[in-house]
Amino acid sequence: MNSLNPATMHLPEDKERNSVPDIPQDSRLSLYRRLKLIRRCEEYILRHYPENEMTTPMHMSMGQEAIPAAVCEALGDDCEAVTSYRSHATFLARTGSSSLFFGELYGREAGTADGKGGSMHLAALELGHFCSSAIVGAGFAVATGMAFANKRQKTGKIATVFFGDGAVDEGAFWESLNGASVMRLPVLFVLEDNGYAVNTPPRERYGFKSIEGVVRQFDCAFFADHSNDPESLYETAQAAAAAIRQTDGPAFIHARCCRYLEHVGIGDDVDTGYRTREELEAWRTRDAVETLRERLVNDQLGAQVDDIDRALEEEISTSVRAAMASPSPAHAKLFHGVFHENT
Amino acid sequence: MRILNYGQAIAEATCQEMARDPSVFVYGVGVPTHAKIFGSIDGVIENFGADRCLDTPISEEAMTGFALGAAIKGMRPIHIHIRIDFLLLAMNSLVNMISSFTYGTGGRAKVPLVIRVIVGRGWGQGYQHSKSLHSYFAHIPGLKVILPTSPRDAKGLLTSAIRDDNPVIFLEHRWLYWGEEDVPEEPYTIPIGEGRIVREGKDITIVATSWMNAEAKKAAEILEKHGVDVEIVDPRTIAPLDEDIIVNSAAKTGHCIVADNDWSFSGFSAEIAAMTSERCFGRLKSPVTRIGFAHTPCPTVRTLENEFYPNAVSLIREVERKLDLPETDLAGEDFYSHERRFRGPF
Repeated sequence: MNSLNPATMHLPEDKERNSVPDIPQDSRLSLYRRLKLIRRCEEYILRHYPENEMTTPMHMSMGQEAIPAAVCEALGDDCEAVTSYRSHATFLARTGSSSLFFGELYGREAGTADGKGGSMHLAALELGHFCSSAIVGAGFAVATGMAFANKRQKTGKIATVFFGDGAVDEGAFWESLNGASVMRLPVLFVLEDNGYAVNTPPRERYGFKSIEGVVRQFDCAFFADHSNDPESLYETAQAAAAAIRQTDGPAFIHARCCRYLEHVGIGDDVDTGYRTREELEAWRTRDAVETLRERLVNDQLGAQVDDIDRALEEEISTSVRAAMASPSPAHAKLFHGVFHENT
Repeated sequence: MRILNYGQAIAEATCQEMARDPSVFVYGVGVPTHAKIFGSIDGVIENFGADRCLDTPISEEAMTGFALGAAIKGMRPIHIHIRIDFLLLAMNSLVNMISSFTYGTGGRAKVPLVIRVIVGRGWGQGYQHSKSLHSYFAHIPGLKVILPTSPRDAKGLLTSAIRDDNPVIFLEHRWLYWGEEDVPEEPYTIPIGEGRIVREGKDITIVATSWMNAEAKKAAEILEKHGVDVEIVDPRTIAPLDEDIIVNSAAKTGHCIVADNDWSFSGFSAEIAAMTSERCFGRLKSPVTRIGFAHTPCPTVRTLENEFYPNAVSLIREVERKLDLPETDLAGEDFYSHERRFRGPF
């Protein structure tokens, strides 16, 4: 670690914690399940994408699982997720549905939208994942409007927008942060800072000194957690949700993470020159899935962890088989769903 | 008989729908302030309070995406822009997000929202306060586009738009606000996708949008005195479009002029010309003709602005050309001048 320069590299940092984590055992196991589901689904993609049957550009979440898994575990059914095109982790963490996931990636009727959306547009409103957009920063405003409805309808739900550090460059970020702050809306902004807008680091894009400094200028609660530790992030997400309920306004989590693979696709891009092998290794040594697994095994929960692993393998192969068995959408479906038929 | 103007008809539809459905709310830049969007939201804040009539930061992109978020959570937002030109800042929210949202859920999600936009004209509105742009929005699958001309149509179509489970762009020409007519007091709907024969005639069809209906009516009155019987078709909604009402009229008269309140090139009038040519080729006695704005930004100074906009005189001359008639002497005719109602300085 000492050979790495934190000024120019994107690195994890430990979060200062006031006390030993006191997370209920069920939540720890459920958090692990979410992490592992994401990881195993994406490992399936790594193996089968070259077959050219999943014809949808993949923006892989691998390495970034901890933040959405922790937020979804902490907020539970109150989380109403909106994401970018890097949607896999949040979609799986929030909905738990590998069958809708693979149905959509394979372009089948078993998917979320008969294959019309694909990897970049996963959405299952009834399961709490409201929107994934291929346009950087397009989710902020949607979440803000959802929060307005939640406030009016007194649902207690929290519209949660997950976005990358590149989205901070967009005007919609500033407009929505301002709007949510002044209108006192229960929005949770979750910055999944993987250090690069495609390949360009923040120091080449940000004309301000820090995200924290910016957010603190708004009437919005701020939390930072660069640990990539799923249990730490769980506590951070709980604190953010509590702040939203307490202040009757928005909250913001800045969390660093690392995208293991290239921006789009399943390849390793370390040799392309914009980041170093050392930087990637600094993150891989604290891989969230492995870290939590080891911790649970050490805490005498190895049998439960093994059960989860086994159940997930079966669940994923069942989902994949169901997706493959599901028909491609009939040609007439091209015209279906442009408008909602009034009921 | 109960006479309402255009803005009063819109305000009445809004208040009736807000009373009927608590999920309806109105918002936009400056919306609750004293001017009440030219009277078109009179009674809203008084009857329903500030919770359902909101001001917003000047953030068109975010506040349009906001409508999508509220709509997919079961609200029915009405977002108002005092000029349509401002809506261009929200094209990402509108065209990338709102229009395709339902499709991206396999048709499952409802997106019930209305975007009301006002088209300006006259007394120096210039090139950033006078666009119409309905062709832009009609080009996009997943958006409905309405441009009502009369108070009665405005009330019935706005009621339909609010009750629709899909995004609707509702365009209001500023000069139409001075129109008055008998408007039923009870709530009623007019189906989105049905045009209206404004005037029956047998010699020539004018398909007119928005303000061009006023010009077409004036042209028809004058031409009638010279024995020409003009039929005027107001499509009222251009997406979806009542193709049959246009085709039937053009096939009947054999002549068709499209008078669009917009630029002609690559616009709605081109769509109508193509559609009419395809569907009644053998029955047309002359090619479909289009009348629209000069293909320039809208100038501010009055002398050039007069050249920019087509009017009743342009329509009369076009009818005469198509029917091979001599030019009528228009001396003594009284044409519309907005300065009777709309004087500066501002």
